Amino acid sequence: MSLHIICCVKQVPDPETPASQFRVDEAAKKVIPAPGIAPVPSQFDTIGVEAALRIRDALGDVKITVLSLGPESFRDAIKHCLAMGADEGVLINDPALAEADHWVTAQALAAAIQKLAPYDLVITGRQAVDWDMGVVGPTLAELLGIPCITIVKDVKVQDGKVVAERVLLDGFETVEAPLPAVVTVSNELGEPRYPQLRQIMMAARKQVTVWTAADLGLDPSQLKNRVNIEALYVPQTKVETEFIEGDTVEEKVDRLLQRLREAKLI
Amino acid sequence: MANDILVFGELTEEGRLAPITFELLGAARRLSQPLGGRVLCAVLGAGLDGQSREAIAQGADVVLLADDPLLQEYQGDALVQVLERLVREKAPALILLGQTMVGRELGPRLAARLGTAVTMDAIDVAVQDGRIVVTRPCYGGNAHAKYSFNTSPAVVTLRAKSQEPIERDESRQGEVERVQASIDAGAVRTRVLGRVKQKAEGVRLEDARIVVAGGRGLGGPEGFQMLEELAELLGGAVGASRAACDLGWYPVSAQVGLTGKVVTPDLYIAVGISGASQHMAGISQVKNIVAINKDPEANIFKASRWAVVADWKEVVPLLIKKVREMKEAEARR
Repeated sequence: MSLHIICCVKQVPDPETPASQFRVDEAAKKVIPAPGIAPVPSQFDTIGVEAALRIRDALGDVKITVLSLGPESFRDAIKHCLAMGADEGVLINDPALAEADHWVTAQALAAAIQKLAPYDLVITGRQAVDWDMGVVGPTLAELLGIPCITIVKDVKVQDGKVVAERVLLDGFETVEAPLPAVVTVSNELGEPRYPQLRQIMMAARKQVTVWTAADLGLDPSQLKNRVNIEALYVPQTKVETEFIEGDTVEEKVDRLLQRLREAKLI
Repeated sequence: MANDILVFGELTEEGRLAPITFELLGAARRLSQPLGGRVLCAVLGAGLDGQSREAIAQGADVVLLADDPLLQEYQGDALVQVLERLVREKAPALILLGQTMVGRELGPRLAARLGTAVTMDAIDVAVQDGRIVVTRPCYGGNAHAKYSFNTSPAVVTLRAKSQEPIERDESRQGEVERVQASIDAGAVRTRVLGRVKQKAEGVRLEDARIVVAGGRGLGGPEGFQMLEELAELLGGAVGASRAACDLGWYPVSAQVGLTGKVVTPDLYIAVGISGASQHMAGISQVKNIVAINKDPEANIFKASRWAVVADWKEVVPLLIKKVREMKEAEARR
């Protein structure tokens, strides 16, 4: 049985950017990219590609399409996933969608997924590591009218069903759903594989299909954002830090314990 | 009614209202004044004796109670159906859910079915000039964003422990409206095949007054044994950063942070934790943080009340020794 898995991937500012270099343009309500630090594919999304590759490793006959919505620069994220081993890449690139919120993003992705049909599984990260919203995956399931299993640490396809281990606060549950379905993956699934040089070179030659809203039969003027960002700012921490002094570690430990006792914390 | 607030009453496995529900009811109570509406609480489950009373004591004006064996365990497909119907019937202005494993799925799905707006993981909801405005951390907690909504109702999930419950009042009056679950079993497409519990022994991390947490700086799983010893002496629990969990050094159930647990102990001792914003998101409410780190530039120090710049391998054994001596001296008195 041949399977088609669609992985949704977003490109984001590198979340490993040191907090000291994190800047916000409060007027534009946007994050200012840190100089010299390239954007990366959102890690939960590459974990989604890893999940798809593991299914292909197990089953063999699996096609993996990487789908993204963003400007031309998002091609890098798609290429990274192609180098990981995905087969095809599609970029929805339309300036009219540049300010899309999660609702409009999901509308465009759902239209693209329908255009890519037939498909069996849609995989997204549990949330993008920029806005940390975690809305697009479950919204896709609703727009496509298919079941959804969120925040999973393992995904398998067997007997025409998806079987996934959904992370709970104190353990996990195994959930199955008929195909097609949407699954969102979490970091507990494991590290995404890193592309080898040969794969990177092969991926560089692969074509990425580019679609506009019109190619998807969408009229951007009819797609209305559901939320507005009113403000974006770096929160101020009001903590006064005392660096515990001491000539030896033991002195520092003594002084720390003294502070904790004075504050009646121990 | 158009100004009502609907709280999704999340339940524990034992079918009791979960603490997050009381926090949501507290937030709803405060918002009901500027909005000028009532607080409705949807309690959807099976075997819910006494829970309506509890929801009212914690701030609900109206409890929408559906008691149905089909709601015995969490099933997104079942709950989203019932909730969608209740929202269409009651037409609230605002729907509050917890940012929990349940709310993370139900919130977006409910909003999508209603075609309305949703924001996740809020730490504040306010009414400004008659509009609902939500504040939520983003970029792993490096930034905060304020959102307004273009559609009504607004669906909002609130971060655990970001809201205060009201003082429980058994004399509060409220109504209970029994609603039919009327679940279309054919539309429940997912099936839970099994559940595995990975409960830690001792004090629960979420309830602990003292948390001793380790990160990548521990250099391996062995360091956590020492943290366990210290935590036990202090009557606390052990937490871990995502980096340490991803490396397999400590169980994921102890993960503190954006994708793990939010904790609010009186004292948080961070050992070998650099303070990545995703970790800080789990301790943003903690007032007393002690950080032990070799790197004087470590980000964790910015949020710490006390900073110890030293090698944890020297600090922690001394802490264990001295705390033990202290406890033994106390026991003798």
